[in-house]
Amino acid sequence: MPRFVSAKPDSRLIPLPWSTPLAEWPTEHLVALPRGISRHVVRFIKVGSSVYAAKEVIEHLALHEYRLLHDLMRIDTPAVEPIGVITQRVDAEGLPLDPILITRHLQFSLPYRSLFSSGVRPETVSRLLDAMVVLIARLHLSGFLWGDVSLSNILFRRDAGNFAAYLVDAETGEMHDKLTDGQRAHDLQVARINLFGDFCDLQAGGMLEESLDPLTLVDTVESRYTELWNELTGAETFSGTELGRIEGRVRRLNALGFDVAELDIQTNEDSSKIRIQPKVVDAGHHSRRLMRLTGLDTEENQARRLLNDLDTFRARTGQQHVEESIVAHEWLTDVFEKVIEAVPSDLRAKREPPQLFHEVLDYRWYQSQRENRDVPLVEATHGYVRDVLRALPDEAMSQDALAPVDSRQLVNPYDPSQGFIDETYERPYDPWEDEAADDEAAPGGYLDIAALRSRAGQ
Amino acid sequence: MATVSFRDATRIYPGSDHPAVDKLNLEIGDGEFMVLVGPSGCGKSTSLRMLAGLEEVNAGHIFIGDRDVTDLPPKDRDIAMVFQNYALYPHMTVADNMGFALKMQNVPKAERNERVLEAAKLLGLEDFLTRKPKALSGGQRQRVAMGRAIVRSPQVFLMDEPLSNLDAKLRVSTRTQIAALQTRLGVTTVYVTHDQVEAMTMGDRVAVMKDGILQQVDTPLKLYDQPANLFVAGFIGSPAMNLMAGKVTEGGVKIGDYLVPVSREVLAKAKGEETLTLGIRPEAFIVSDSGIGVEVAVVEELGADAFVYGTLAGLEDNEKLTAQQIVARISSRRPPARGEVIRLGVDAEHIHVFSNATQERLSN
Repeated sequence: MPRFVSAKPDSRLIPLPWSTPLAEWPTEHLVALPRGISRHVVRFIKVGSSVYAAKEVIEHLALHEYRLLHDLMRIDTPAVEPIGVITQRVDAEGLPLDPILITRHLQFSLPYRSLFSSGVRPETVSRLLDAMVVLIARLHLSGFLWGDVSLSNILFRRDAGNFAAYLVDAETGEMHDKLTDGQRAHDLQVARINLFGDFCDLQAGGMLEESLDPLTLVDTVESRYTELWNELTGAETFSGTELGRIEGRVRRLNALGFDVAELDIQTNEDSSKIRIQPKVVDAGHHSRRLMRLTGLDTEENQARRLLNDLDTFRARTGQQHVEESIVAHEWLTDVFEKVIEAVPSDLRAKREPPQLFHEVLDYRWYQSQRENRDVPLVEATHGYVRDVLRALPDEAMSQDALAPVDSRQLVNPYDPSQGFIDETYERPYDPWEDEAADDEAAPGGYLDIAALRSRAGQ
Repeated sequence: MATVSFRDATRIYPGSDHPAVDKLNLEIGDGEFMVLVGPSGCGKSTSLRMLAGLEEVNAGHIFIGDRDVTDLPPKDRDIAMVFQNYALYPHMTVADNMGFALKMQNVPKAERNERVLEAAKLLGLEDFLTRKPKALSGGQRQRVAMGRAIVRSPQVFLMDEPLSNLDAKLRVSTRTQIAALQTRLGVTTVYVTHDQVEAMTMGDRVAVMKDGILQQVDTPLKLYDQPANLFVAGFIGSPAMNLMAGKVTEGGVKIGDYLVPVSREVLAKAKGEETLTLGIRPEAFIVSDSGIGVEVAVVEELGADAFVYGTLAGLEDNEKLTAQQIVARISSRRPPARGEVIRLGVDAEHIHVFSNATQERLSN
């Protein structure tokens, strides 16, 4: 009988066909969503209106990853939400099957295969790399050694004009109090090799914009990471007459989206030299502030945009001296919700509300410039819905990577790693496979000391 | 090709009061397959990362060949690291999947092709080179991943738990393939694992670590037959060695109601300790008329042999729950029944004697 390990169980998962290997599940339970390359069998399963990612993997890794994802959620790191692990599975003949790790499908996430494809603008690529770098740095700040940074293990979501990156695979991860430079270097080395491979693969599949070069992309990730890490953690020494540099550093970190929880400041005896070093920095400076004021849960740059609009609203309505949270409430009901309500409900799966709001603001700005007048927000919303939103694809569960590339079709839409239909071929004879088939797994991991002795005696 | 030598190599993590790796001294021969094994947190992965140049060495030195690499950056060390995670890229051919890291290092195309072909021959993958990896079996994929390291033709291979994400069957066959391949290539290899069965079946020699300290480095059989201390004795072997503490008595050590004979010379080394620990491998036990009394709890038959699990005879019911388990591997021709009390004898040469004070081995 399968056993469910879960903190927040979804009872609709219980009747699913756990005694069937995941690769053979009936398609009625599956949704074909784009995803990266995996060593394991991965499928998206649908129960009711919820979509989960299921990965078949050996027990100690499944439990390890489940717990790590929980830890990452607890410390508020962008990662997919773990739902549970199904262990003790057996097939119809009573043979054991590997456990399945279940995570929640990240809504509005975008598959990387479509993000780097032809026609992509260089700024977009630059922003995707930035999102990746911020994710790696945030994980490193919280003591997480990833061990497997790769495009397949990252999901992107829109974040105002930028992107936010999420971790989707923690199989090789380790949680430490603090990472050493060596551990970070290890992660970067893995990242270099994996990302280079990922980009070369996109190139080989004709899915990488021609102007992009894999090696340059990988070098950019590494140099931007180093830059960001130095800004987040590096020490800075200046003369005692330049005290403004302390505030300057904090502002720069805020602008990058980080709060400084602890800044170490040292002075020499006559205070002529000052050395500062951030000791504890927390990501989410703007999203935390917006959450506190309005209860809206957004990505960092969306929060920045919404807060700017809130500040403008405050100035325009002459409420600079009114308590900020009161103004924020008014802005939420009179401005933000008005825009969201003006979007027909059948179009809501195209963008998340904060992203919609951001795009409406952009639309209004261009419209106002063009017409040389202040376009009212509700009018702008209608225009945006009519001119832009209707034509956009649904992104709540993005399927665009399933569109055939060069009119080629996947062998199995539920498993892109099986490649395209036109590539089927016979397997050549492989004597190694025959030899491997002769190797019997030792029962229960016993050490066969007799075999070892006879080998040593030879 | 090269030797590797750790000389008093030490790594202390910032903020930690004890070293993650403490004065490691380890000489690895040219072409040797050395396995570092130990429980999580023992320092094995840190040692590997120190050798790779990913972890700072706070004291001591590391040599590859005659070269002191202690302060060299990773790229100048001429090593290839094989990680536990590997992905095969669906749009790239098997050849490109093996050679892409060389491309990153700007190795010219002709040389790249040559090195890939050479590695493919070694791995029996020649016929697959122009194909895409989607139709490869699990074992073939594993070989392509090995090929990635081989094409770099390094002086030393470093492998960090490369089999940990494979299922049991694939793990066993890949284990054999890696070991065979290493012998053929003759490249010095340092392999890290937490699995002692893997360590024992793969390594020319095995270094057992615990709490950052090297406990013993020896051939697998020597580790098995002459563990240097209680930790190695308990760690190596599956099922594990029975470790039973008993009172020192004239002529031996008392286990339950039976006096296990221990030679005068060995007892003399104990220098007045009142109790000693005896170690006996499950297969060293023989069912006989006199010996340690064991009440049988479970019998597991395994072909010609049977594993008997039990506790010392004569315990009260409430003591049995917390009592140490004793495991014996005996012939399954006449397996004992559950609840039966049997006597297990053992030849003197198969008794390992350990000091409880120093944990060290006293017997020869």
